[in-house]
Amino acid sequence: MSHVPLTRRHLLALSPFAAAIVAAQQHAHQAARSTPPPPLSVLLPQEAQEIEAIAAQIIPADDTPGAREAGVIYFIDRALATFDQDKRAIYTDGLKDTQAKRAALFPSSQSIAALQPAEQIRLLQAIEKTAFFDLVRTHTVLAFFGDPKYGGNRDQIGWKLIGFEDRFHFEPPFGYYDAEPKA
Amino acid sequence: MKQYRPDEEVDFLVIGAGAAGGIMAKELTTAGFSVVVLEQGPYQREKDFEHDEIKNIVLSGMTNQLGREPHTYRASESETAKVPNQKFIQYGRQVGGGSVHFTANYWRLWESDFHQKSKFGSVAGAALADWPITYADLEPYYTKTEEELGVSGLAGANPFEAWRSKPYPLPPLPVKSSGVLFERATRKLGLHPFPTPMAILSQPYRGRGACLHCGFCEYFGCEVRAKSSTLATVIPIAEKTGRCEIRPNSYTRKIETNPDGRVTGAVYFDAGRREVFQRAKCVVVCANGSETPRLLLMSASNRFPHGLANSNGLVGKYLMVDAGYEVHGTFEHPLNEYKSIQATRVIHDFYEPDPKRGFYGGGGIDARFDFYPVSFALAGLPPDAPQWGSEWKAMIGRNFNRTMTLLAHATCLAREQNSISLDPNLKDAWGLPAMRVTFDFHPDDVSNMKFLLDRQMEIMQAAGAQKAWPDTGDNALVPHNHLLGTCRMGNDRKTSVVDRYHRTHDVPNLFLVDGSSLVTACCQPTCTIQTLAYRAADHLAQQARQNAI
Repeated sequence: MSHVPLTRRHLLALSPFAAAIVAAQQHAHQAARSTPPPPLSVLLPQEAQEIEAIAAQIIPADDTPGAREAGVIYFIDRALATFDQDKRAIYTDGLKDTQAKRAALFPSSQSIAALQPAEQIRLLQAIEKTAFFDLVRTHTVLAFFGDPKYGGNRDQIGWKLIGFEDRFHFEPPFGYYDAEPKA
Repeated sequence: MKQYRPDEEVDFLVIGAGAAGGIMAKELTTAGFSVVVLEQGPYQREKDFEHDEIKNIVLSGMTNQLGREPHTYRASESETAKVPNQKFIQYGRQVGGGSVHFTANYWRLWESDFHQKSKFGSVAGAALADWPITYADLEPYYTKTEEELGVSGLAGANPFEAWRSKPYPLPPLPVKSSGVLFERATRKLGLHPFPTPMAILSQPYRGRGACLHCGFCEYFGCEVRAKSSTLATVIPIAEKTGRCEIRPNSYTRKIETNPDGRVTGAVYFDAGRREVFQRAKCVVVCANGSETPRLLLMSASNRFPHGLANSNGLVGKYLMVDAGYEVHGTFEHPLNEYKSIQATRVIHDFYEPDPKRGFYGGGGIDARFDFYPVSFALAGLPPDAPQWGSEWKAMIGRNFNRTMTLLAHATCLAREQNSISLDPNLKDAWGLPAMRVTFDFHPDDVSNMKFLLDRQMEIMQAAGAQKAWPDTGDNALVPHNHLLGTCRMGNDRKTSVVDRYHRTHDVPNLFLVDGSSLVTACCQPTCTIQTLAYRAADHLAQQARQNAI
């Protein structure tokens, strides 16, 4: 698992205080209750639009919904307001570098969000080894597959994709092979 | 719950309310003694537990957090230790300790585990030693542990297991698809699979309900009390005696001694970070194999300049940890492994070291799935898979319910240079010296893990995996959850820290009961740690009644 910031027991190198966990949940609870879309507390609207465009290529909408539809950007905003406060600069600096890369690759373009999908993919391929991309990818995955109360995984879009049901009770047989008659 | 004043001298002060401390509390209070238990973590109840992977795994909701209680790591003494990117060690941090969030694998040791040195001889570069006790000394307590806590398994199903005076109190939990595939494959290879013994109830037992197969065992607390944590089992009994006070959010910084060289109690920070001194006739430290030596080293005084119980300098040395890699595989049909307990089948065919292999070591291999949705999406695909985009998304969607894992549970040799010590520079959030971990596996441990990895790949292939791959990346082995051997048990006061009943050689009324006592490390230690606690408590109560502490 060396290719991701994770370990055998699947532990990320995030180390906030317990209070930050509660804050993140409360933050997101409030966000979920408010309609229309919750206000962003850390990211500027233009930044959010660009990061959302990146997340939407990390987990694109195809025959099933993707990062944008799951509300990933709201999770990222909450994370930067709570347990990942110290990672704000990675976003600010990373986005700046990525914009420079965009301008170099596509001189007539105005923003990441306005690029064609194929251009967005090319841009991300150019930055996929950076700490910035690694963090956006990690946050996008946390948002998409984590508990919806943190603001992402809206309508359990992520869990539906993989066939995970959050229940307190299952009965055997659980899968195909334990349902088969004994050989 | 009973409350004691700090200036009241209680019979026993137990430090750490975990796997061992919970048992000490129950045994000593039901024997009629007054007990205060200090626990550095909070008192979480079943209503506080959630199926929240971000809280429990990503944000270390039930375990040590590098930001709040940091540790540093170095591979050898010649390096300067640094705070690692990933936790190197991990321990439970709440009432019930690691027994609340552990996977609940519950293996007894083999008879031969207690005399490895006599059987296999010395290993160069390692401090292999015999235990001062035998399996026969522990067997009655193994039986008591399984009965009191509630363990599910099938006696006799493992042809290699040591003798037992009684069968498991509960039958095995239902087999999962990973267990069925593993069983077929290992039998085909001439091996001997058996139902994994688990400290999880397969049927209602002593007022607790059976497992509902929700799948959230490893890293999570059980909402229905089917996992046999000390929180769900012995701690409520201790509290009901009216003689036990559990003090959560109480972080011990020093064990105090008097001019006679006896301990008098301990100073801790309460929830408001105020210092409190609790008086006690006897102190029992059950703070795990990393925090126990750290506390002894922090308890240095004029009389004990190198730390408490450390006249021979061995406190913190001989650190042993869990070892063994994972192999993952994908299958044609859905396994739905996220449901129910993590592991249902295991083999012990390679458990015993065999000199013919050319190195010291052995271990068990089990079939399991210990991913949840986030961790799977970050780390569940083969190394040659894409990392993002449409194709990645499709693979995650297809593989989550078609993947299983084989995990090796391997021996770890004790080496003097592997240790827990106090970091000379870094402090924790309370201003106390951070823990410094110095650790590197013995070359035989490395050879053994590779040997087992080959066996795991053979089994995965024999199981019919469409694709199988080993997970041997840089961080594949961390964080380590089994923290063992750092206050080793022995008869000789020159080569060990505690005696055969866990009394420190240096201080007559100071006892250490947890993973730090273990002399050797193979595979799954919790069952043995808790069994040692029952035995130690039995002895302590007898000694206290005879005024012999």
